[in-house]
Amino acid sequence: MTDAAPRLSLKGITKRFPGVLANDDVSFEVKAGEIHALLGENGAGKSTLVKMIYGILQPDAGEILWNGERVSVSNPKAARRLGIGMVFQHFSLFEAMTVLENIALGMDTKIPARELEGRIRAVMTQYGLKLDPQRVVADLSVGERQRIEIVRALLLKPSLLIMDEPTSVLTPQEVEQLFVVLRQLASEGCSILYISHKLHEIKALCDTATILRGGRLVDTCNPKVETSRSMAEKMIGGSLKSIEKPAGRTFGAEKFVVKHLSVAGAGHFDVPLRDVSFAVRAGEIFGVAGVAGNGQTALLLALSGETPVDDATAICIDGQQLGRLGARQRRLKGLASVPEERNGHAAVPDFTLSDNAVLTARDRLGLAVSGLIRPRAAKKYTGDVIAAFAVKTTGAEAVAGSLSGGNLQKYIMGREILQKPGVLVVSQPTWGVDAGAAAAIHQALVDLAATGSAIVVISQDLDELLSLCDTLAVINDGRLSRPMAVAGANIEEIGLLMGGIHGDMETADAA
Amino acid sequence: MSLDLVIAIIVTIAAVATPILLAALGELVAEKSGVLNLGVEGMMLIGAVITVAVTLGTGNHLLAIVCAALAAAAAAMIFGVLTLTLSANQVATGLALTILGTGFSALFGQPYTGKSVPILRSPFPPELAADPFWRVLFGHPPLVYFALLMVVAVWWFLGRTRAGLILRAVGENDLSAHSIGYPVIGVRYLAVAFGGAMAGIGGACFPLMLTPQWVERLTSGRGWIALALVVFASWRPFRLLGGAYFFGFMMIFEIYAKSNSAFRFLPSEFWAALPYLATVLVLVLISLRRSGSTSAPACLGKPFVATA
Amino acid sequence: MQLRLEKRPEPSKLLQVVTPVAAVLLTMVLGAVAFSALGYDGLGAVREIFISPLAISYKWQDLAVKAAPLIIIAVGLSIAYRANVWNIGAEGQYIVGAICGTGIGILTNDMTGWWIMPLMMLAGAAGGAAYAAVPALLRVRFNVNEILTTLMLTYASVYLLNYLLAGPFKSPTSMGQPQTVLMSAEQTLPYIIPGTIVQLNAPIAIVVALAVWLVFSRFVFGFQIRVVGSAPHAARYGGFSADRTIWLAMLISGGLAGFAGILEVMGPVGRLILQFPANYGFTAIIVAFLGRLHPLGAILAGIMIAITFVGGEMAQITIALPFAAVGIFQAMMLFLILASDLLVRYRIRVVRPGEVPA
Repeated sequence: MTDAAPRLSLKGITKRFPGVLANDDVSFEVKAGEIHALLGENGAGKSTLVKMIYGILQPDAGEILWNGERVSVSNPKAARRLGIGMVFQHFSLFEAMTVLENIALGMDTKIPARELEGRIRAVMTQYGLKLDPQRVVADLSVGERQRIEIVRALLLKPSLLIMDEPTSVLTPQEVEQLFVVLRQLASEGCSILYISHKLHEIKALCDTATILRGGRLVDTCNPKVETSRSMAEKMIGGSLKSIEKPAGRTFGAEKFVVKHLSVAGAGHFDVPLRDVSFAVRAGEIFGVAGVAGNGQTALLLALSGETPVDDATAICIDGQQLGRLGARQRRLKGLASVPEERNGHAAVPDFTLSDNAVLTARDRLGLAVSGLIRPRAAKKYTGDVIAAFAVKTTGAEAVAGSLSGGNLQKYIMGREILQKPGVLVVSQPTWGVDAGAAAAIHQALVDLAATGSAIVVISQDLDELLSLCDTLAVINDGRLSRPMAVAGANIEEIGLLMGGIHGDMETADAA
Repeated sequence: MSLDLVIAIIVTIAAVATPILLAALGELVAEKSGVLNLGVEGMMLIGAVITVAVTLGTGNHLLAIVCAALAAAAAAMIFGVLTLTLSANQVATGLALTILGTGFSALFGQPYTGKSVPILRSPFPPELAADPFWRVLFGHPPLVYFALLMVVAVWWFLGRTRAGLILRAVGENDLSAHSIGYPVIGVRYLAVAFGGAMAGIGGACFPLMLTPQWVERLTSGRGWIALALVVFASWRPFRLLGGAYFFGFMMIFEIYAKSNSAFRFLPSEFWAALPYLATVLVLVLISLRRSGSTSAPACLGKPFVATA
Repeated sequence: MQLRLEKRPEPSKLLQVVTPVAAVLLTMVLGAVAFSALGYDGLGAVREIFISPLAISYKWQDLAVKAAPLIIIAVGLSIAYRANVWNIGAEGQYIVGAICGTGIGILTNDMTGWWIMPLMMLAGAAGGAAYAAVPALLRVRFNVNEILTTLMLTYASVYLLNYLLAGPFKSPTSMGQPQTVLMSAEQTLPYIIPGTIVQLNAPIAIVVALAVWLVFSRFVFGFQIRVVGSAPHAARYGGFSADRTIWLAMLISGGLAGFAGILEVMGPVGRLILQFPANYGFTAIIVAFLGRLHPLGAILAGIMIAITFVGGEMAQITIALPFAAVGIFQAMMLFLILASDLLVRYRIRVVRPGEVPA
């Protein structure tokens, strides 16, 4: 082992999945103590690549060098033995178990509980991470859960730490705290491979950036020198169409009014909704920002009618009270919705696209008449959606599960939008969708608003909300903040609201 | 009611409860790893018939019990291959295992039908159990003590050992366990095999302790009661112990009610059906008490496919 | 060299049809081997159980008699299982249906009128549905697992039958035998083919399967069942109530099981006796899966399982094979059909080391 050898070096890594070349001949190096960004859009192959470094997947071709020596990382245990730690985007935690048990599971050898607890406290003091080892994970916030993952990785004294999209669930303030920890680690000689598609974070944190697009390496560059724009172009591979909002838009009367909406949490650990009120005018796009797990799911279910509320007046369209109605009746009244989970919620993966049209459009469009399904009408409508939203598929008889994430999302959005709903509530409309599809979906929402529909967008992606919405409110612990116009919004203030710090702001009581 | 009768009833309750307890302990471990094996009844029948065959062939009780455990574990492996390797539906596969066990035991047991099997006696010197009071402690066949020991062992394993922690983790979140690097499928195979072995030993109790001969469907639905008990006990070994003895009491009560004129106000068939009806009732009560809690392993019954 | 599973973009339609046939054929091969190993005449067993009932034409009527209840119950179970409602107590619903229908039969035993038979059938279906309503209620209201409750109630139903036959339902002329009176001519299903034992229940089974198939494939109701079973969240999103679906699935599967029960009383059995529970309710579970939870598949699968029953009876006489062997063959079929599901959803690919899979 020489000092000159980079800590990690990838040479010609190739990985193929059925129908997709996930990584194609990718080579780059990570030096000791370097914070190295792995940049790319959803589906660019970042996650696949790090899974091979961490031993979850095996490359089909190419080699991995660790401190200059060729290694084969056959499983995560082998990776940890080399000194590679990983913090997953979707945490690998066990909800019903304690923090201590979770961390013990991440250790490869048995460590007596008391000794482990001591070591955990030592690491927490060293890096300023706060956690109670005896608490059950299900009761913890997302930020705290991430801390478990980080502590778990740090206990192994890694010389390379892989962070997979660590900030997507954090408030701006929590992101800052995380960066402090990462910089401290790097100064102690630990290399960090930081996966993200957020350019400003990478500019703020990273020494080097490797950009992937469509599974290929596009460039390795210095993010401090590059502009956000130049990196974005490399990442996306061309200029992106920006959203076209018609100039000089005016909003109509209040169309969709939610008043004092409270819902008990569905399960023991679910966040309930507490006295949520807001109003959306015709033609307006209303954004709900917030960190995951603050009541967004309950809000969508309450608005869509999947969990009807006791108070009929809590939800109104054009003065009609919808609170007690179920999803089917609300659709008939013109309230459509799209939940964030595509497979199994917004669509049935085992069903054809045509059957998936029957799922939500059967009453409004007469795809089923007096209990009898009209397959031809369903097929025709499906064809219309596919054509209007450029859905890549073999046709109306294709099974929903066979579509890529972006295409399925386009189909689902199209299925709802072509029903011309008076009100559309969508959650995470572009989660895990490629940039092209995301742009198309954003444009379709803007166009629908232009026809006089009221639209609610629930999203964790603040950038998306800022570019798409006219008005914005923040949800935290089941409470919705006062709405603010996006034009005059203060990012700092939104960040504080997302973190649950209300300052001089009051919980919303507008309407 | 004389003291002798009370003692006799207690001893009989232990005998009736033991096979259910053993099978339920095995199923508890399997379910904690995330696998729902509805084949308990079938595996018990296989254990029972193998026990009859080996006992009649060799006269060696211990060998018979070991063979019963192995045979039932082997049957559980059929279930394992289907549900774990081939990710078949666990409910349907478990039912298939029970149908197989019923058919196999009926076929295999035919030559032994009606032949009397030497039963197990208490491992303690008879002098110790001579006094009625001491009989409660020392008058049981060894499997009764074994079952009690296994309650402690399973409790200790699941709650106090690293292997138990890993097993629970696999049942709680298979994807996470996989991504940390634990062999989800491997752990589940072991848990299913253990469940099979315990069901086999539970089956062995029938010819060795309760009905000393082979008849078709000897276990008469006790495997299903064991499954219900696991839910009843909220996946906790010591509650399982209480539950099994409670159901043992219910079953003995039937015999008592039949012979006692005080219970004639309802037909004897009602008392015979009571353990099954009580199971339903208990399941309802349990669900009332435990609304929305997470005592069931989160991945129970869901197939795990190791994907990218 | 290594085998690798790849998810098919869509389940193979061809294999959905081919695999049940392959499962039956493979059962014959494996069964022959297994029974030879156990010291029986393996080839003879397969010949008697699978071939003879078809080869001997006068056995065909026995097939119709055995298949009818299996098909009716399996069609109902197919609906329930599609909705992810695990009613495995069809045997109990079958018994209670027979009890309720027979109750009407006893009351109307010396009456005449066209209405008697429909009333008995109605009572049978209602009895089965009512007995299934208990687990449905417990599942919907208290979230109690229906697998366990349906099964416990099956055990209880046997005791109910025993009780009734020992007392309230016992025929005054039975000389102490625990049995009801014989159903009258007005209460007995007509023979549809002269000179055979094939009664009206055989065509009824076919009609039930066809009707359910029609409803299932063309009506929103069938759609609802499929959505709730396949993706419960999507069903709620689409405006379908999961609770209502559980109710419907339980009541229909229980009702059809009860209907099959009373048809047995009005048909081949002729009265209620202690031996009435013939495991049709459990065997129909195999039929439902072998028929791939499809109403039309249930017809073919019902006939297939009937073949093994009739064949098993023949093998008892001709080669002294214990009847329990039939259960083993049936379990093997079920195992193989469940295993073959994987092939429908995944394709298996052979990968050599170092080779980049295409």
